[in-house]
Amino acid sequence: MTTVTRTRDRTPDTTGRKRLVVVGGGMAARRLIDALRARDERDEWAVTLLCEETRAPYDRVALTSYFTGRDPDALALGDQGVWDDPLVTIRRGVAATAVDRHAQTVTTSAGTTLGYDALVLATGSYAAVPPVPGKDLRGAFVYRTIDDVADLRTYVETLRRETDRPLRGAVVGGGLLGLEAAGALQALAVESTVVEFAPRLMPLQVDEGGGEALRRLIEGLGVTVRTSTATAKISGTRGRVARMVFAEGPALPIDVVIFAVGVRPRDELARDCGLPVGERGGVIVDDACATSDPNIWAIGEVANIGGRCLGLVAPAYTMAEIVADRLLGGEGTFPGADLSTKLKLLGVDVASFGDAFATEPGALEVVISDPVGGVYKKLVMSDDARTLRGGILVGDASAYAALRPMVGRPLGGDPAAYLLPEGAAAAPMGDLPDDAAVCSCNNVTAGTIRCAVADKGCTDVAGVKACTLAGTSCGSCVPLVKKLVTTELEKAGVTVSNALCEHFDLSRAELFDVVRVQGLTTFSAIIDRHGRGRGCDICKPVVASILASLDLGHVLAGEQATLQDTNDHVLANLQKDGSYSVVPRIPGGEVTPEGLIAIGQVAQDFGLYTKITGGQRIDLFGARIEQLPAIWSRLINAGFESGHAYGKALRTVKSCVGSTWCRYGVQDSVGLAIALELRYRGLRSPHKIKLGVSGCARECAEARGKDVGVIATDHGWNVYVGGNGGFTPRHAVLLAEDLDTDTLVRTIDRYLMYYVRTADRLQRTAVWQADHEGGLDAIRAVIMDDALGICADLDAAMAVHVDSYEDEWAAVLSDPDTLRRFGSFVNAPDAVDPSLAYVAERGQPRPATPAERQDAGILIAGTTLEVRR
Amino acid sequence: MTIDLTDRVDAEPAETTQTATWVAICRLDDLVPERGVAALVRGTQVAVFRLLDDAVYAVQQLDPYSNACVLSRGIVGTRGGAPTVASPMYKQVFDLRDGACLDPMGKEPVDLVPYAVQVTDGVIHLALPPTVAAQPTTDPPTRP
Ligand SMILES: Cc1cc2nc3c(=O)[nH]c(=O)nc-3n(C[C@H](O)[C@H](O)[C@H](O)COP(=O)(O)OP(=O)(O)OC[C@H]3O[C@@H](n4cnc5c(N)ncnc54)[C@H](O)[C@@H]3O)c2cc1C
Ligand code: SF4
Repeated sequence: MTTVTRTRDRTPDTTGRKRLVVVGGGMAARRLIDALRARDERDEWAVTLLCEETRAPYDRVALTSYFTGRDPDALALGDQGVWDDPLVTIRRGVAATAVDRHAQTVTTSAGTTLGYDALVLATGSYAAVPPVPGKDLRGAFVYRTIDDVADLRTYVETLRRETDRPLRGAVVGGGLLGLEAAGALQALAVESTVVEFAPRLMPLQVDEGGGEALRRLIEGLGVTVRTSTATAKISGTRGRVARMVFAEGPALPIDVVIFAVGVRPRDELARDCGLPVGERGGVIVDDACATSDPNIWAIGEVANIGGRCLGLVAPAYTMAEIVADRLLGGEGTFPGADLSTKLKLLGVDVASFGDAFATEPGALEVVISDPVGGVYKKLVMSDDARTLRGGILVGDASAYAALRPMVGRPLGGDPAAYLLPEGAAAAPMGDLPDDAAVCSCNNVTAGTIRCAVADKGCTDVAGVKACTLAGTSCGSCVPLVKKLVTTELEKAGVTVSNALCEHFDLSRAELFDVVRVQGLTTFSAIIDRHGRGRGCDICKPVVASILASLDLGHVLAGEQATLQDTNDHVLANLQKDGSYSVVPRIPGGEVTPEGLIAIGQVAQDFGLYTKITGGQRIDLFGARIEQLPAIWSRLINAGFESGHAYGKALRTVKSCVGSTWCRYGVQDSVGLAIALELRYRGLRSPHKIKLGVSGCARECAEARGKDVGVIATDHGWNVYVGGNGGFTPRHAVLLAEDLDTDTLVRTIDRYLMYYVRTADRLQRTAVWQADHEGGLDAIRAVIMDDALGICADLDAAMAVHVDSYEDEWAAVLSDPDTLRRFGSFVNAPDAVDPSLAYVAERGQPRPATPAERQDAGILIAGTTLEVRR
Repeated sequence: MTIDLTDRVDAEPAETTQTATWVAICRLDDLVPERGVAALVRGTQVAVFRLLDDAVYAVQQLDPYSNACVLSRGIVGTRGGAPTVASPMYKQVFDLRDGACLDPMGKEPVDLVPYAVQVTDGVIHLALPPTVAAQPTTDPPTRP
């Protein structure tokens, strides 16, 4: 309905406004539209965006993640609601074909003509293909758009089905793009060789030492690197690429080749309408991004600004902001490009900033090179060794966020101290001046961040991100933002509080540690030592969960019973009318016909409403508290056990049917899912945990929407972490690839245990890993490389959990004392709560609405049907 | 099952003695410290709580925010010095002593009806207001 109204409104709405036409739906265009719509308070401009690609602007920088996610929508940029804005019209799959500057019109590939008051060219670049013979054979690709990567993937997958040997690929070009492309081939399990004409990798960003370190790291990942090598031609068989022939040396057999030798600006529209372009291409603009035609602007990679085109997203965003400002009468100018980059290529950190090549006269270099550790770091200093000029970091770029804003400023301290491994010594943090840029993607200065805290009332990183946009693009500055926020809050006398509630000053993670280290086993002892009062509905369940995670007894035993939320207290899920729902565990979603019949019979006998859950099991609703033991004794007799649907605990391991039945499956996903569910059942955690296992990359189990998602590969399992559905859906991120089953299980053990120990109350894995100092990389170092030396401890803790598991419901039924808690009334334990009332709907009961309660005629009383015992 | 204990009213403050009917509910030992139970008293549901020092409090069982009879299943704790229960449904917090709503979780505060309690010889008694006391003293219905 709403959409229909909006579309109708659109035409009248836009008349009388100025018309902006943006050509090219890329990253720069998206930023322009966001900036314009945010600041155009009087709705002066109506925007039409022409996108040659069939999708709305997406995150090209993250293109390679398509191979791990395969979901083009995951690359969508920003809030998609903007396309419903009546003043924004997006034309997907429509290119601009000509510009008539006199008539001020644009002709489109759809045959229409659009008038404009202002025209912005944001057409980006195309991937250059060197003129080598054979470049047009099938199996030769470029790497620029989602369509490019989707074609590459399809080609490789088709080939794989026809060939039994491992596939081989080559990438022409060893720069940023080439290494991205090599990463893609790796993700597709294609053996890859990178061929670079220059004597080192990434010749534009790093020096010889850095290039050497990078080469070692990349070769360590199984990629072959050939530098100083010229490609002479690609030869083919039956129209497909087959061999790469070099100027010297033997040919290389290949099945696929990717050209990543650079990009060229798409300035054809400008040329055709007579706008000046640069010698090496690009629409010439001044520092306001204006072309020689006062009504035409150019932004992003197509703009030739200061005599060159810039192939990075940060300057493209800056240009977009400037044009938005100018369209609204502002005076913004381009401050000069910051070509600093921090990248993660094939998992290897590479950063280059400032005068990385020490071109300024008198520059000094401080170099730390550790070939064994695979680290190369260089700082370029002024001739007096005081002012930072630039640097290169390969292998460990953790110092980048702190160093980049210091370019052109005195470092304050021994430069070498900045290059030591993280944690070895706290780098001396010179007081960052207010005008130092902290987030270069969004051009946010230290002063802006301080002001967000001091004057705008932001109290945490999330708030500052929302308010200033700092850290919302590439994220490399987040550690620095966090530091600034904390310092500023402390300056303002605000102690940064992680306190759980009024009873505890500690955070959940801190409390977990003291309980574990001091061996405290009761709430009373814990609150006596570390808190005050008698607790509340926040801290009591947290303590209960901590005690349960440490496997300190049955959740209903002794004092622990008083800490539990009603769900954990009666091991069922409270529903809106005060009745409960019951979920037996169905590991991996696999259930026998007998099991199904048993569940159905229980539901029928107790008059329960039944529904299949998203976690592949069956939820039975409308159970009264006093019915729970009888229901469970029936379920247990039929071989079921508690599904822990009530707890902050492992819920389910969802699986697809996998290789046992599915034509495409490459591993037994159901078998693994069952094993994992049985292993982690009953594990108490800061929030619920869900897992998923898919039998192949088609991902029918939607495992990447889970806290831990496992996807089968030809060689083993890929494991993804930190996904969830719900209010803020997240896709899980790749943690490790091609693991064998034992390694996989050990990795999940540690990930979960580390999360259980260190996360905050109600913090899901996605947020935990994003907030973890150093992010997922740091977590990977802890659980896969044992960076903190705690792996043995985590393994032992999981072993205790697995060994001490018992079915909570079986334990309840065998304990008469506990069973008394299930009486409906203390003075009438079997009486039915007289306030419960149900009506039938689609053949099942549901709680009556207040209106239906007035009309007693249609009520089914509380489910007091005759019960077979 | 229900015992009328009107003969003991002289032990109570004058306010309640004039109007209340005292009804025995259960033994103190039937309650776990810092947890509640539900009681059905002449058709009315009451939530009864025992604290760590064996003080006993009672308030209405009906949660005014969800209209479900569930307050006895909430978590018992403290706010400042006040003993409290948090509704298990939407987490509003109430003072157990007088039923006052201490944290309405963003809604309008609604207080609970408190019931006077007396523990005699290990038996918990509730003072029923006249409206409740006037209900027939039949045993609560049990399932067939
Ligand atoms: C694999 C990869 C990794 C990268 N990694 C990084 C990185 O780590 N850091 C970094 O800073 N940068 C990186 N980049 C570069 C970054 O993506 C670009 O700088 C950025 O996308 C430029 O934005 P843009 O809007 O100018 O161009 P684009 O995003 O390319 O958008 C231009 C759009 O215009 C469309 N178009 C062209 N002509 C027409 C026409 N006539 N009519 C209609 N539409 C038209 C094109 O189809 C395209 O969709 C990477 C690029 C790639 C390909
Ligand atoms: S994920 Fe793969 S194995 Fe599993 S059902 Fe889908 S296609 Fe089959």
